[in-house]
Amino acid sequence: MESLSNRSKKLEKKEMTWAEKAYLPAIAQGLGITLKHFFRKKATIQYPEQTRERSSVWRGLHVLKRDENGAERCTACGLCAVACPAEAITMTAGERVKGEEHLYREEKYAVTYEVNMLRCIFCGLCEEACPKAAIFLQDDKLAPARYERDEFIYGKDRLVEPLKTTETK
Amino acid sequence: MESVELIYKAVYILVIFGITLLIATYSTYAERKVAAFIQDRVGPNRAGPFGLMQPLADAGKMFFKEEFIPAKSNRMLFIIGPGIAMIVACMSSAVIPFGDMLIIGGREIYLQAIEVNIGMLYIFGVVSLGVYGLMIGGWASNNKFSLLGAIRAASQNISYELAMGMSIIAILMMTGSLSLREIAEQQAGFNWNIWYQPLGFIIFLTCSFAETNRTPFDLPECETELIGGYHTEYSSMKLGLYLFAEYINIFVASAVMATLYFGAYNFPFMENLREAFSDPVVGNNVVTLIGVAVMFAKIFFFIFFFMWVRWTLPRFRYDQLMKLGWQILIPLAILNILLTGGGILLFD
Repeated sequence: MESLSNRSKKLEKKEMTWAEKAYLPAIAQGLGITLKHFFRKKATIQYPEQTRERSSVWRGLHVLKRDENGAERCTACGLCAVACPAEAITMTAGERVKGEEHLYREEKYAVTYEVNMLRCIFCGLCEEACPKAAIFLQDDKLAPARYERDEFIYGKDRLVEPLKTTETK
Repeated sequence: MESVELIYKAVYILVIFGITLLIATYSTYAERKVAAFIQDRVGPNRAGPFGLMQPLADAGKMFFKEEFIPAKSNRMLFIIGPGIAMIVACMSSAVIPFGDMLIIGGREIYLQAIEVNIGMLYIFGVVSLGVYGLMIGGWASNNKFSLLGAIRAASQNISYELAMGMSIIAILMMTGSLSLREIAEQQAGFNWNIWYQPLGFIIFLTCSFAETNRTPFDLPECETELIGGYHTEYSSMKLGLYLFAEYINIFVASAVMATLYFGAYNFPFMENLREAFSDPVVGNNVVTLIGVAVMFAKIFFFIFFFMWVRWTLPRFRYDQLMKLGWQILIPLAILNILLTGGGILLFD
């Protein structure tokens, strides 16, 4: 059959030469290759001590941001939950009462906010959907392995950005 | 024999036994490290500095694992199998001269456990007993895979022992002695047998790979076909003993190769070094001690070579193994005997 691209290489089975049949030169060649690898730089990244360098657009663990005064930005509008293709986000909304203005930026806030890290596909659509710039995927943190399934459901305790300790500047 | 001599022999045998076990233990570590390095990995490095405690952890794990004996197995033979493999492996290092003679207090002390004038035959006899451990264990397991592994081990060892024996005959024709000490002494300086017997060495090397069941000839335990081969049913330290016996066999095979072909404890310019000391006793002892180090360096190189080859060559098919043994190595060994005979006739 005529070849379409004319790029295929014609292979013919040649009779092996004496040196090839003796097998020993081939073994020596193979030993040379493995010895070269013996002294080569290792590809291993020693994980807990070293981590692979990540891109700046890497999508890792979620964070719920606070505004410049330390109040939570999230208003529990639920757009992130709607946008989420894996249905990993749930929340319940609550009304801010007097005296909580320093905690929540607007009158409505998320009483609970849970992301199931086993469902999450880290696509970042929640980040895009958020009108308040409240949720982001961090580029330096991963959701680590755990022993229990329910430990993968991250609540507000683990999602909300920790308060910046009293401004030193 | 005087009591001093007896005590010395006892101590020396204990030391050799300890060194054998130590080297076998750390061969497991070295194997994993060499494997890792050849595959661009790092290997075990968590247990202690550079992972040096890894063999201890592995041995501890082996001891604490569940001891399982299959219900339909032959219980006694099942237990004896690994024992035979281990005892036989440990016995063979008895006749290897690890060094020349030390002079301490006017007494000549040879660094060799037993000097027998048939040392080479002794090693051959003992090593070929080793396959009984595999056979008995494989048969007693009452498992098809184990039995297949055992049969493979037996036929492989028989086939390769022939070629191995014949490659030794060429050495015997040159040295005229079966005593390992004499063979070692005849290779003084740089007068190693490898320069006269390159073909014999290659045959011997190939056969010792087959005798120790190492890749490319590790068909008795080849996991892709036979699960674990003869040790499929073994668990806990019984499995440990089989694996351990394999490493001791590698050590002994390396020592024999170093002794027969690579001049044992001899190294170039040893006579010049000996004469450099004004006191002949000191000179002799220094040369002997360096010789011991040289001997172990050679042994370690061969152990490394065993591992190096393991991670380079793929396993042979069984018919290829038999073909190589019977149709290539044995005729080559006979040719080598003829060549050696012709050489002796011409030059002596």
